[in-house]
Order: sequence, then C-alpha cells, then structure tokens
Amino acid sequence: MEVNEQIAIDHGLKKEEYKKICDLLKRVPNLTELGIFSAMWNEHCSYKSSRLHLKKLPTSGKKVIQGPGENAGVIDIEDGDAIVFKIESHNHPSFIEPYQGAATGVGGIMRDVFTMGARPIANLNSIHFGSSQHKKTKNLLRGVVHGIGGYGNCMGVPTIAGQTSFDSSYNGNILVNAMTLGLVKKNKIFYSKAAGLNKPVIYVGSKTGRDGIHGASMASASFDEKIEEKKPTVQVGDPFTEKLLLEACLELMAGDSIIAIQDMGAAGLTSSSIEMASKGNLGIELNLNKVPCRESKMTPYEIMLSESQERMLIVLENGKEDLAKKIFDKWDLDFAVIGKTTNSKNIELFYDEKQVASIPINTLVENSPMYDRKWKKTKLPKKNLIKKEDLKKFKIKEVLNKILSNPNVCSKEWIWQQYDHTVMGDTIQKPGGDSGVVRVHGTNKAVAATVDSSAIYCWAHPLTGGKQVVCESWRNLISVGATPIAITNCLNFGSPEKEENMGEFVECVKGIGEACEYLKFPVVSGNVSFYNQTKEIGIKPTPSIGGVGLIKDYKQMITMDFKEINNLVLIVGKTEGHLDQSLFARNILNEKNGPPPEINLFNEKNNGETILQLIKKNLVRSAHDVSIGGIITAVSKMCIKGNKGIEFNKPKYFISEIEYLFCEDQGRYVIEIEPKNLKKVISILGENSVHFDELGRIIDKNMIINQKTKVTIDELKSYNTNWLSEYMN
Amino acid sequence: MKVSAIITLKKDVLDPQGKVIHQTLDGMGFKDVNEVRQGKYFEIDVKENDPKKAQKIVEDMCNKLLANLVIENYKIIEIQ
Amino acid sequence: MKSAVITFPGSNCDRDMHVALNKFGFKNQMVWHNDNELPKSDLVVLPGGFSYGDYLRCGSMASKSKIMQSVINFAKSGGLVMGICNGFQILVESGLVPGVLLRNKYLEFICKNVFVKIDNKDNPYFKNLDKDVFEFHIAHNEGNYFCTNDQLKEMQDNNQVAIYYCNDNGKIEEKFNPNGSLKNIAGIFNKEKNVLGMMPHPERMIDKSLSGEDGSLFFKNLINNIR
Repeated sequence: MEVNEQIAIDHGLKKEEYKKICDLLKRVPNLTELGIFSAMWNEHCSYKSSRLHLKKLPTSGKKVIQGPGENAGVIDIEDGDAIVFKIESHNHPSFIEPYQGAATGVGGIMRDVFTMGARPIANLNSIHFGSSQHKKTKNLLRGVVHGIGGYGNCMGVPTIAGQTSFDSSYNGNILVNAMTLGLVKKNKIFYSKAAGLNKPVIYVGSKTGRDGIHGASMASASFDEKIEEKKPTVQVGDPFTEKLLLEACLELMAGDSIIAIQDMGAAGLTSSSIEMASKGNLGIELNLNKVPCRESKMTPYEIMLSESQERMLIVLENGKEDLAKKIFDKWDLDFAVIGKTTNSKNIELFYDEKQVASIPINTLVENSPMYDRKWKKTKLPKKNLIKKEDLKKFKIKEVLNKILSNPNVCSKEWIWQQYDHTVMGDTIQKPGGDSGVVRVHGTNKAVAATVDSSAIYCWAHPLTGGKQVVCESWRNLISVGATPIAITNCLNFGSPEKEENMGEFVECVKGIGEACEYLKFPVVSGNVSFYNQTKEIGIKPTPSIGGVGLIKDYKQMITMDFKEINNLVLIVGKTEGHLDQSLFARNILNEKNGPPPEINLFNEKNNGETILQLIKKNLVRSAHDVSIGGIITAVSKMCIKGNKGIEFNKPKYFISEIEYLFCEDQGRYVIEIEPKNLKKVISILGENSVHFDELGRIIDKNMIINQKTKVTIDELKSYNTNWLSEYMN
Repeated sequence: MKVSAIITLKKDVLDPQGKVIHQTLDGMGFKDVNEVRQGKYFEIDVKENDPKKAQKIVEDMCNKLLANLVIENYKIIEIQ
Repeated sequence: MKSAVITFPGSNCDRDMHVALNKFGFKNQMVWHNDNELPKSDLVVLPGGFSYGDYLRCGSMASKSKIMQSVINFAKSGGLVMGICNGFQILVESGLVPGVLLRNKYLEFICKNVFVKIDNKDNPYFKNLDKDVFEFHIAHNEGNYFCTNDQLKEMQDNNQVAIYYCNDNGKIEEKFNPNGSLKNIAGIFNKEKNVLGMMPHPERMIDKSLSGEDGSLFFKNLINNIR
C-alpha cells in the first residue's frame, strides 16, 4: 500500500506531522515505517504536549538513584537496598474491557519494575468510576476489581493500598492507575541503555499476536461513537506467563549477562528496541522472521506494533546466549535472538531477507514533535459565604451518617478483600489504613506506600489542587510513621487540545512541583494520560500521586485504630472552618462553588515533621490525617477500627460546631497519646510552634460530642461499612 | 426447546489457558498436538418451540451476555 | 527435622512456607516440580499459589507434574504430606484426598482472617495442641469444598475432617462459612491421616506484626510431634 497523507491521518498523525516525517526521511515512508512513526510520535510515547511542563518538576534529591526517563524511578533506602517504583494508567483499555484492561495495566507496571532487576513487593491502585447511579458503573467496577485481583493475586504480589472514587465526570472515561514497588540491591539495578556493537538482541516471553495493535494510539484518542470498532485492540493478560517471566528474568539478572533490558509495553517491539538503541546512541537491526509469532502470516507492520503482553527485549553480552536460553527454557518461555546492535544509528528491519524499514533513530526520538499548547489559567473562585444560621438546622448524627456512607468515604473492604494483601508474609499494614506497609524482607525496615488524588480540589483550582495531592500523600506516609522519600505521578486529564483542559494540566503540574520542591519530596517516575474525554466532556483533572516512605524500625509503625480507653486525643494543625469544596458543602449543602482549602506549605512541613518527631519518641499510640469529611470522619474511622468510643467537646473557637467537625482545612492530624505523656507532647508541639487542640478522651463503645450527640460504635460501623457491599450485591 | 451454544476466544485473541494445557499435554507425552483452544459450552432450555426463533433468542443472549464480543465468538451448535 | 517444599511454576507461597518452616526448626529444602526425586524428608509441603495459572482446573496440571509421582509414593508409604490452599487443590486433583474444590460461592476471591475449629487431634498434625479454635488466614478463589454423600459419610466415619470454619467461640454455622464449603469444611485428611489438605495459610500467621500468631502455635506443635 502506497502511503499518503490520508493514511497518516488515519494513524492519528496530524497533517504537519506527516509533512515533517517526509522532510526528515527525505522521502515518503512505507506503511511499516509510518506505523512506527505514529506509535513513537503519539502522545502516549512522545509526551509531546506535556514534556515542556514536566521538565519543571523537581526530580533529584539525596535519596534519588534514578529519576524519570527509565522504566521506573529508584530511591535509596539504605544498607545497599533500593526501591523501584512507578504508577501508570490503563484508562482507555479498562473502559472498553474492564477485566482485561485492568489486568494488563497491573501486568504492565509490574513488568516496568522487574525490568530494572527488582522483585515486586507491593501493588497499589487508584481507580475512579462514574456516578454510582450510572448504568455502567457497577459492571465496570466489578470487572476492574476482578482484573486487578486476577493478575496481582496470581503473581503473588500483595495489593496493599488503593483509592476508589465515584464522580459523574468519569461516566464515559473511567480511570485505572496501577502502581508497583519492587526491592533491589543498589548494585544490581538494570537499565535500558544499550552499549557495544554487534551485541545480540534477544526476545523473551510470550509469542507475538495481533493483540493491541495501535493500543498506544488508542490511549491518545478521545472516545467517540466509533469506540466499538476499536475493540479488537484490547490485549489479553496472562499472569501465569508473567510470573514465569519474572522468575526467569530475575534468575538471568543474578549473573552478568545483561547489558540492557526493556519490557515491551505500549507500542511493543517498536518502542522497546528504539528506546534501547536511542539511549545507547546506537543503531539496531532486527530480523522479523525470527520473532516468535502466535498467528501465521503476521506482517512486519503487525509484528512491530503488536502489544501482546508479557514480553521483554534484552541486549546480551556476546557468548551468553546459551546460558540465557537455558534459563528461559526451564521456565517454558520463548527465547529468540532477533537482531543485533549496530553503528548505523538507524533502526533497520528485515523480513524475508528484504529490508522493510530503515529510519534514523533520532528522527523518532529527539525530533519527535513537542508542543507548547495554549492553555487557560483558572482563577481562584470566590469564597462562598455560607450563613451560620443555615448550618444550625443540621443534626450532627444525620449528617455523619450521610458522610460516612458516602461512596467516596465508605469502607472499601468489598474491594480489597478480593486482593491478596498478605502473600509474601511481610504486609504489616493492610489496606484501609493511611498507607500500606510492607517489611523489607529479612530486615527491621519497612516501606510505606500510598496513592492519592483529589479531583474535586483540582477541578475547583488546579494550582491548589496539585499542591494538595502531594501534601495528602506526605501526610498519609507520616501518619504511619514513615519518612516520606519520593513520589510517582499519574496525570489523568482531558484533551490537551482544549485550552481549559491544558490549563488544568499545566497548573496542576505547577502545584505538584511547588509542593514537591518545598517538602523535598521529588518526582522519580510517572506517566501522563490525556484525552480522557468523551465527545466534549473531559474528566475532572485527576493527578494521582503515589508516595513512598521508609520506616527504619518497623516496630515503630503507627496504625489509626484507637488503642486504649482513657488515652487523650489531640488535633494537630489549625482548624479554620473552610467548608467550600468539602464533602459537607457539596453533598449536604449542595454547594459546588468556591475555592478548595488553602495549602500552607510551611505548616504542612512543620506539622508533619513534628508528628514524626513525636512518633520517633514513642509518644503516639495512633494517628490519622484529617482529609475529606473533616475531623469527625477521621475520628469516626479511628473509633471503628479500634472498636472504641470517644468523648469530646468542640474547643472554644469562633467557628460553629458543624464547621469545626466537617471543614477540610489542610495539614491536620488526629493523634492518640497517653495521659502521662501530655506534658511532653505539648512541649514538643510548642517548641515547633505547631497549633493543636485537646479534643477529648477515648471511652468504651460510644462517640459523645459536646454532651449532646451520642452515636454508638455499631452505628458508626453500619454507616461506614455497608454501602459498597450492598451496592455491589 | 434445547439450544446448545459454544463460546470460544476469537482467532487472534491470546488463550492463556489453552496454551498452558497444550504444554502440559505435551509434557504428559501427547506429542502430536498442534494447538489447544479452550471455550465454554451452554445448554439453554427455552420455552420457544420454533427452532428458528429459539436459535434467534439464544443468539441474542450470546450477543448480550453469554459471549464477550470484544474477545469471544459464539456458535449455536445444536437445537432440539 | 527435614522438610521439602515443592515449587511449581506458578507457586507463590513457596517462599513464605520456607520461611515459616525454617523459623520453627525445620531444615527446609526447595524442590523443583520437574525433578524426579524427593530429597529425604520428614514432611513434604505443597504450597499455595497458582501452580499453572489455575488454568483448566486449579491444581489439575500440577498434579501431573514429574515430582508428583514421588510425592504420591512418599504419601502412600506413610510420609507426611501437607497441601495448603493451591496445595490442597493439587492433593485433591492427584487423588490423595477425596473431593473437589469449587469456585467460592459468591464468585469472589477472599483474603481475610477466619476462625477454624480442629475436629480431630488423633494425628501427627494436631496432636498435643492445647486449644481447638484457631485464627487462620485465607486467600483463595476456589476453596468451596465439595464431595459426594458417600465420600462425606466415609470421611466422617473415619474422622477425616481436619478443620471446620467457625466463629471465635468455635461455633460451626453456615454464617461463618466464607466460601460455601460443604459442612463448613476447611481441611481434610486422607484415611491414614498422614496427608493433610487445607485452605487456610498458617504460614501467614507466624508473627505478631502480621495477621496473628496462631500459625506459630501450629508449626511449633508440628515439629514437636514429628521429633
């Protein structure tokens, strides 16, 4: 087939981009070459709309071993150990086929981690669905949860934490973001940079089929009525093969045969081979007849663009082929030498002894388009003046019932009970806490991880929202006693070609950058998912932040359950009564306008570090950060988990009881301390100028507020635990 | 009227189960297997007595529920 | 005391079991499914996981692997063989214990703590345990035990039911049954009581930082019984 402009446009390329390709090649590309360009130049692989802005994020620090640009980021956790981690989206495939979409998302991110030599030790996920009333939501939720469980459980990697939200802006575009942490020795990290000439290029794993051809282009297109036609591009996951691939790769990595290794993710063989060659400033030559294929008569075009799962590309040291083949044979995996590195600086493909493509690698990578898209700034909305009298009519107990059973607050046990969260025998904090925590096997250390997003705040004011998500992640790590180290981000947005959506992206990224910089909490990996858009409607901006921290002595880990009757409960951080964009304002007052709560980075850092100080001095028995739903929601969860009650009075403030209990001011924590330590705690808080309220004390079985509202623990439990399981059954 | 339908993965869709069953058969000494594809089989007893109409009903079920047309095909194999 | 844990291609609780056995005094050795011979052992364990992706039927293909012939011979000669979770499914598929394990009643994978009641202590696994109700951990999709009426009667006559799902007081009722198992059965023996298959994972309950410590009691007692 002769390539022309129309065919290029059908491949998702723009007219100008096609012209640029012809100019760079000084000729018209053939179909295989066009396919390769379209895969490398689409948004998913080239980051053409986001690169300019992502560059501004802080990505280095004392603990950073590898920042963005590799398969995953790597941080130092001392004693020669390192953690490899990354979050990635699989949104579009999950909407089309929720089980397989979510499963292959989990498979893909685990592969990114073990490609670097790390054994995966924990999975997390952030999943977002349309309104609970929407007809597709239930099936999508069930499919996604089964898919995540089906893959992660089979791999034997515990799923230790996650986040689930419902919002009508996801009705036509659900979000499935999967995160994996792996453990590796600092001196055994593997990278994707090829080196040396005439080194064998090895293909291992599953065979190549026609699955997912143009998956990467799909991730870069909005949904329209033609969605049905795109269905055949969905890949099927095979977790069993991935488990074999994991064990085989780690076995090979124990030796010194590998020069570079790269998993075949989006755009399969195309992006993996080009990336390795490009990083090594080399050429690469592949004989496509050698690629193990599942179907007969696959064309070079199909072989290069297939997104069959569970495959890896390796550049080996010369002479190590037999040794490597033996390992892959043992694990019943395909193994083939399919090419070699060259000094041509081109990617050259051969099929039936004919050259079928030859493209200078720099045209695909460095010369890929980069856009400075137009974007629109979001003004900080005016504060709502909610009248005090309006608040008086509410009964606290009724409001509390509605808030605790709200789909975005209620217990997600129905979901995480379907994930194996205890395999590997090191999970010391299960899902449902502020962060999931796993021990570093055989040591006293533990790693904490959390994944968070606040689309409502980001939608109301992207700059503040961007900062807030990072702070939320920071707080969730601190609440379990972990020192925050670094984050990974998955930036889910609408179309970058619309100024509003692009503006949301730019300002969220700016907010994330400012918070990361201030908190010394750098970004080490991530991914961008644009075009989460159906026709004209884009999702609320949803950056998901995956935070990782270290607990040096796992016995010092903190959980949120109230521990002992008569212990005292403090609120650390100042409560100002900010109701705009709170769950209370949006769902009880039905007030959707106004700014999100303000972020004060100084207080955030100071409060967090002071809490850590208290924890390290063994002064804190339980802790939980205050987030959506305010103080009363945080305290209720601590009661439910500890099966204990609390008696408290609103401190003497100018704000009303409702404002005090339900407002969502930032930088706050609830902590439980022993009465004998009160003086010590107050003095440490005072030395650090941290504001706190003495809220009340822990009692048996009831929550008693200001002597007049009484809620039993069983009532709290029934408000919080039933919604999701009843909805799903 | 009893209608039987089989559901199989589409030709180009990976069948992880079939692949592993193939390998195991091979290991057990069944050396002459080319390929194994696994599917599902349904027997549905419908009230309809006209075979054409009964087939139509079950086809409709396959389209809407029994088969996942993203990755699977179906075939009505028997009507009695 | 020597033990051996068999690693099938998709086993994923093999390391956890290895850690647990060594922690309580066994000298454990890992054995690859494609080996022919078992090393000299006092206990052989088939660990949890997804031996062949759980494709076809859980445990079906693992039961045909090379090492299983030796495991079966070892069991027939009176050797102790314990199958946990997927290992239980492999025992069932290889005919070492009766019955089958079906998909969970509510069609969902379940990962949580449960209570089980030990019914019969006249065997090397539970002899000398000083309590009857244990808190164990389950993590499975196919743990719904089923057998024919005749098999059930035979098992009951021979005291072959090892453990039942129950509540913290040892009450065995349908509402404490997590997966729909017949009669709340969570684990069974073969006739001679040297082969034990059970769905719960004692190896995940060996440390107070984990889900609990009842697994420690089980392993400590087990090694003392074998000594």
